[in-house]
Amino acid sequence: MRQESAYLRSVHREGRIWNISVAVILLLVPVAVGLIYRTMPDWHGFALGLLATAPMYWAVGAIETVTYVPMLGAGGSYLSFVTGNISNLKLPVALNALEQAGVGINSEEGEIVSTIAIAVSSIVTTLIIILGVVLITPLTPLLNAPALAPAFAQILPALFGALGVVFISKNWKIAVAPVLLMLVLFIAIPALNAGTVGIMVPVGVLFTLGVSRILYKRGIL
Amino acid sequence: MVFNVNSPILFVVAGVAVAVVLAQSICFLLKAWRRAQELGMDMKKLRRTARTAAVFTIAPAAAIVISVITLSKDLGVPLPWLRLSVVGNLSYETIAATNAESAMGLTFGQVSALTAQQYVTIAAVMTVSILIGIWLVPLIGERLLNGMITLENRDKKWGEIFSASMFIGMISAFIGYVFCDFSGVFHGDLAGLVPVCVMTVSALVMTALGLTSKRKGLRVLADYALPVSLIAGMASAVPFTAWLG
Repeated sequence: MRQESAYLRSVHREGRIWNISVAVILLLVPVAVGLIYRTMPDWHGFALGLLATAPMYWAVGAIETVTYVPMLGAGGSYLSFVTGNISNLKLPVALNALEQAGVGINSEEGEIVSTIAIAVSSIVTTLIIILGVVLITPLTPLLNAPALAPAFAQILPALFGALGVVFISKNWKIAVAPVLLMLVLFIAIPALNAGTVGIMVPVGVLFTLGVSRILYKRGIL
Repeated sequence: MVFNVNSPILFVVAGVAVAVVLAQSICFLLKAWRRAQELGMDMKKLRRTARTAAVFTIAPAAAIVISVITLSKDLGVPLPWLRLSVVGNLSYETIAATNAESAMGLTFGQVSALTAQQYVTIAAVMTVSILIGIWLVPLIGERLLNGMITLENRDKKWGEIFSASMFIGMISAFIGYVFCDFSGVFHGDLAGLVPVCVMTVSALVMTALGLTSKRKGLRVLADYALPVSLIAGMASAVPFTAWLG
């Protein structure tokens, strides 16, 4: 019977220290700017801004944590929830790496492969953003060129076309029902768009788990 | 001190936070790498994994740089640099900044010069509103992952189906999103076909590279199939957009 390894326990221990430290440092950024410029936030504006933003993102963040952690593994989760861009970058990188290595996320090898892929992706992203910040003046007209705009606007379709064909072809019995459901929902309901796709991920996951359980119990999977 | 959204001191403050996050990534990478060596994993394979992850990251990271440029018009460079290096993404940061600015009577995209107080307020709203994931993973991450181990111990096959189902559920939501503007086609607006065409091109390139790699034994094609398909799909968006709208 497999149990949590000493390595995984140490990942969780160090991950907790790192993430809580990063959270505190991030909270200190506005505090530091306030101290440097000897100003306090506009508390009324802060309360209104927070009220308009936080409830939805706290709810989405809580759902994302429950949904994505089992897919990312331990090290990958601690890193991804700090560095962000999970669904459009970190999760695809981890999925592709696991697929290439032929290991599952619940094995220790899978945990290592996912962590390495996500860590490398986080480092490269950070370095590219630093490069972009340093070269922002010459890069702005290039990256904002109207000719390139359609390409950058279609990253998600390009990404999930490639990922989808790999995973759906391998698990087509599982995939038929959720793909059909999502197609119907997104085509029929105008409110479902780029801004709400994050909310539909847990819906898709729960629905797929339910369908898979039925298929598994009936001996189809 | 006179406030400026691009003041060097703000770059220093943002830079310190970004450096800590970079250090965390490096520490986790080294830790996983050492463990892989201890387990006797194929290091050549892992080097390929790292290379593929790095190459794949370039195009999405360039899109993040564009997001920094977009937000910098209102907020200067240091705050978007920090926000998009840590936790955030363009849609969230834009919504958070818009809400914080409108709460102070400002309009996002039309701000010429923020005061220090407005800047601190916006930074605080953007930070506090997004921190839930960073806190929650340390609180419940281990319990969730141990739950997955228990599930696999009880029924290995169902455990594997469970993992595959989570991936498929996530992917199906994004495939649905690709069709979110598709209904316009029924009213003569073909723009909603652009993402569908881009997804199809990307899927076809991925399939072609996968099959060629298998038939010809070209491992390198399989390694770089995802980044190549991503770029091919993105590139196809240019003519499709010109054609369909």
